[in-house]
Amino acid sequence: MKKNDFILVLVMVVLAGAFFIGREFVFSENNLVVQVKVEGQVYKTVSLREDIFLEIVNSKGKKNVLEIKDGKASITHADCPNQYCVHHKEISKAGESIICLPNQVVVSIKGDEEAELDAVS
Amino acid sequence: MNVKKITQFGMLIGVAFILSYIENMIPFYIGIYGVKLGLANIVTVLVLYRFGGREALQISILRVLLVSFTFGNLYSLSYSLAGSLLSGIVMVTLMKTKKFSTVGISIAGGVAHNIGQLIVAMIVLEMKELLYYGGVLIISGSITGFFIGIAAKTTLSKWKN
Repeated sequence: MKKNDFILVLVMVVLAGAFFIGREFVFSENNLVVQVKVEGQVYKTVSLREDIFLEIVNSKGKKNVLEIKDGKASITHADCPNQYCVHHKEISKAGESIICLPNQVVVSIKGDEEAELDAVS
Repeated sequence: MNVKKITQFGMLIGVAFILSYIENMIPFYIGIYGVKLGLANIVTVLVLYRFGGREALQISILRVLLVSFTFGNLYSLSYSLAGSLLSGIVMVTLMKTKKFSTVGISIAGGVAHNIGQLIVAMIVLEMKELLYYGGVLIISGSITGFFIGIAAKTTLSKWKN
């Protein structure tokens, strides 16, 4: 490896570090809600504090099942080919999300104040 | 294009295709969407060094089309294409500067691939919140890029005409 390679790696580490620090500021931790988006539209928003099962059906009739338990959200069932969303770890922190690309379902955790997110863009 | 080059290209696309297939078979979930090995990138790096930037881009686009039509769908095609194109362009540009080794170029390519996919995901899903994963994807791209670079370098040193 050349010297420039190490500089490159260093730049990557700094850049990643900036992302990690930045997200701590941007995504607040109070009053978390779970937002379900289907095909770009908000489908439902539920509190992370309640334990529920939610069936998410998209316009093609494809289903994903969201489970919220003990302040953690996960997808327990999906009728998509790759099953990435089912294998995804549980999410519980603001900014984390589980995505099912084939069904165009996004489950994400948000703080109550939406205005903060707009400040990022 | 002479016969030798055509045969070599055919073989290389075949190898890239099989590597993508192997990657699909290995369960490599660390729980975050978008983190993967990128084995097929070995072939892109090889072609970049043996034939040049144009050829590397051509082969990686062909590979993405073949793999997406065989195993994926329209969505996976758009993500893979964005990732491969950005990665290819970054690697070709960096190679032309002659300031980086194979491993460095592969690292940059791995990171660019992840960033390309992240950008398309943000557009398709209309979610700028996905930037949350930016840091993880840069780190994972660097690590996989490092190992892919070592593999490509080893292969290059043993490749005789």
